[in-house]
Amino acid sequence: MSISHTLLGLLETGPRHGYDLKRAFDERFGHDRPLHYGQVYSTMSRLLKNGLVEVDGIEAGGGPERKRYAITDAGITDVEEWLATPEKPEPYLQSTLYTKLVLALLTDRDASSLLDTQRSEHLRLMRELTRRKTHGDLADQLICDHALFHLEADLRWLETAAARLDKLAKEVRR
Amino acid sequence: MSATPTPSPAHAPDAAPHADGTSALLHAEGLHKTYGSTPALAGADFSIRAGEVVAVMGPSGSGKSTLLHCLAGIVPPDSGRVLYRGRDLSALSDAQRSALRRGDFGFVFQFGQLVPELTCLENAALPVRLAGAGRKQAEAQARQWLERLEVDDIRHHRPGQVSGGQGQRVAVARALAARPSVVFADEPTGALDSLNGERVMQLLTEAARDSGAAVVLVTHEARVAAYSDREIVVRDGKARDMSAMAGVA
Ligand SMILES: Nc1ncnc2c1ncn2[C@@H]1O[C@H](COP(=O)(O)OP(=O)(O)OP(=O)(O)O)[C@@H](O)[C@H]1O
Ligand SMILES: [Mg+2]
Repeated sequence: MSISHTLLGLLETGPRHGYDLKRAFDERFGHDRPLHYGQVYSTMSRLLKNGLVEVDGIEAGGGPERKRYAITDAGITDVEEWLATPEKPEPYLQSTLYTKLVLALLTDRDASSLLDTQRSEHLRLMRELTRRKTHGDLADQLICDHALFHLEADLRWLETAAARLDKLAKEVRR
Repeated sequence: MSATPTPSPAHAPDAAPHADGTSALLHAEGLHKTYGSTPALAGADFSIRAGEVVAVMGPSGSGKSTLLHCLAGIVPPDSGRVLYRGRDLSALSDAQRSALRRGDFGFVFQFGQLVPELTCLENAALPVRLAGAGRKQAEAQARQWLERLEVDDIRHHRPGQVSGGQGQRVAVARALAARPSVVFADEPTGALDSLNGERVMQLLTEAARDSGAAVVLVTHEARVAAYSDREIVVRDGKARDMSAMAGVA
């Protein structure tokens, strides 16, 4: 999962200090793996250098965690592109898909079109596997079936999320 | 009725060229349909070419079946139009439209589609007979499809005496037996377990591709949709052609 895009997406909802950003990330996405402060600051300095964020203010007595960051127009475009680009289908995508979905809702973007785009991408790979399966021997069939069932599970999860978008949006924006 | 197939009106050589200039077999333009105060279909614009297998996906109640029924001329849209080989379905007479549904279109539905009093063979031969062929010829033609779908052995059984998977294969054979140009299938594997469902899909798409028929397939299962060439997603009555979507960067 792209930490820099996730932090950038969180910043799109409003300027935040470094420590605040880490806390927001951990609360929403860091369940099993909270961020290190070091990761936040190295990411922020890279985003700063690339013009995707700017320093919006520094609190008195300030170490690096006292800097307040704001997203730039270029940063918003970057988030937009990331959300609009489907993930390459592969196992254990769920955390990235979840992150994208929540960020799309947080930033008032069209979450169902994100789901449709991802479904399309999954189906593209599923078609390829289905063709291989149809022309292959039993071993090919079983190998392809394993991948197909996993991709199907991803998609079913996406459909379920899509069906609950309105509820999720309310909870996320609370 | 004559046993010699005569070209249906929609096959006439003077058929208008396709509106957007492509070789579309079936073309939907601005389709809308409201039942009472329920907007079932709120915009559908796309084309389907001969030999293509297109999956129609989307949540329950989003308008997939309504779209299928409009495309097949079973239900008239409130506005918009469906062109089949360049001919507007709503401009045809009722008789012409039913001739089209008998001769050019084949149908597979989720259940309850075989006539219970007829044997599987008689069921599969029915559309061929309705198109004007005699019993012998129709049954000979139907048997080829029953063989291809691996259910020739149960041809003398009635639908009540066969398994769901076998019945579904007979239904597919019936849909293909009259050599339609378009097969409309609404959740054709919905009542089957996944192995049987996939086998039916494989046989349906292979047979359709071999005979150059287009397939419009409504399904909510991704593994079934994976037998298609592309998908149309319906959401709140709006149908979107996903083949225009950008890929992974
Ligand atoms: N004959 C009808 N009379 C009244 N309302 C209808 C009729 N057919 C469909 N509808 C309504 O139109 C909407 C779309 O229905 P449709 O059957 O097209 O959905 P669907 O996508 O096929 O759903 P499912 O996946 O459950 O089969 C629904 O709200 C449905 O209740
Ligand atoms: Mg339906």
